[in-house]
Amino acid sequence: MSVMIIDYGMSNLGSIKRAVEECGGDAVIADDPRELKKASKIILPGVGSYADGMSNLRKYGWVEAINEEAGMNKVPLLGICLGMQLLSERGCEGGDSIGLGLIKGEVKKLAVKNPGERLPHVGWNEISIAAPSVLLDGIADGSDFYFVHSYYFDAADAADVVAYTPYCGRFPSILAHENIYATQFHPEKSSPDGFKLLKNFLNI
Amino acid sequence: MLKVRVIPTILLKNECVVKGVGFDSWRRIGTILPAIKVYTARQVDELIIVDITATNDNRDPDYDEIENFSRECFVPLTIGGGIKNIGQVKKILRAGADKVCVNSAAYETPELITEIASSFGVQCVVASIDAKKVGGVYKCFSNCAKTETPYEAAEWAKKLEQLGAGEILITSIERDGTMSGYDHELIRCVSQNVKIPVIASGGAGCYEDMLRALSEGGASAVAAASMFHFTQNTPVEAKKYLSEKGVSVRNVNVRLR
Repeated sequence: MSVMIIDYGMSNLGSIKRAVEECGGDAVIADDPRELKKASKIILPGVGSYADGMSNLRKYGWVEAINEEAGMNKVPLLGICLGMQLLSERGCEGGDSIGLGLIKGEVKKLAVKNPGERLPHVGWNEISIAAPSVLLDGIADGSDFYFVHSYYFDAADAADVVAYTPYCGRFPSILAHENIYATQFHPEKSSPDGFKLLKNFLNI
Repeated sequence: MLKVRVIPTILLKNECVVKGVGFDSWRRIGTILPAIKVYTARQVDELIIVDITATNDNRDPDYDEIENFSRECFVPLTIGGGIKNIGQVKKILRAGADKVCVNSAAYETPELITEIASSFGVQCVVASIDAKKVGGVYKCFSNCAKTETPYEAAEWAKKLEQLGAGEILITSIERDGTMSGYDHELIRCVSQNVKIPVIASGGAGCYEDMLRALSEGGASAVAAASMFHFTQNTPVEAKKYLSEKGVSVRNVNVRLR
């Protein structure tokens, strides 16, 4: 059983695989949806636009495989950055598209609210913990993580929000719903706290 | 709150770390992997690595090397040098980079910026501008500062933003390697003209220079090479200084294990 990192053609796969290995996980980059049956954990990474992301997931047959393993069989899944956003019900980046719908809510563009804010939101920013989560074991409120994005997941159910991050107002930076977890930041690039979070996910 | 990034830049020539003055007189200063390991251990905010001869030698980026870098690098990694097409970008990201830095190719094929942004997101594209004053205006130069382009820095930055760049890395050719301070006027004319984050580069010699690039230049992040290579100054100390001056930064207490 291994940690499967879904390869749908739009990710910084190398750095995620390396980080999972560094955290003691047996990481496999999966390019065939049929392999997902063998996953003990699933990571849905992603950089790029929502529309392209969903279109690629559909094209390569990932949507059914993810629904089956994460949706029905409740295999723990971690969505990172675009991978988090694709878990929503819909997104508008690159044209309106339907998402995986594993967490309720939709993905919207951040809107600058304060002077000095620029988009994309690039760099290290803190989390403000809203609810306890296994993901945050050993991670202090206010810890910094690395973000790089222009859109955010507007969660429909506040109970799914584990942490918010203050930028353009505030947006959900960590979500959790049953076996589905998601971070808007890049834990694989946010050492050492990002690695703690990855380890916590691997230990679920 | 979003923290100001202090970013070491590593320039590569024939697989060696080098640093020049004014994009010339390159001096070999060591090998790259130990440098990456030290910066990673010190938890720098981000790293930019640029192969400065790839474009002029008409070489592809060295994907195996990039994979080796990313194996050692657990901070956000931007790779530049020799990028001309989207296929190369895909390979660079697959090798473990998080962002790519495009300079010369943007003048010849501006649509490349749009193509990268639409495939991998705007956050993936750092557009780099090398500029110096010619006849009272800041002109952009391509091919490692060898070729003057018809563009002025501020208008070219705006154009790059419209094309889909997620960040601008603005380097002063004249200040590069001099450690005499950033060109605040240049940085300001770029940062005022775009809404995306601007990384100041070229000329940092002390921590106060960084503070001025932020306050006078309006930069969102500061990059430096010579200052970290040739002086006792470190990114952590830089952030301590900035923090004392009221700038929001992260990790001011990291110690090398």
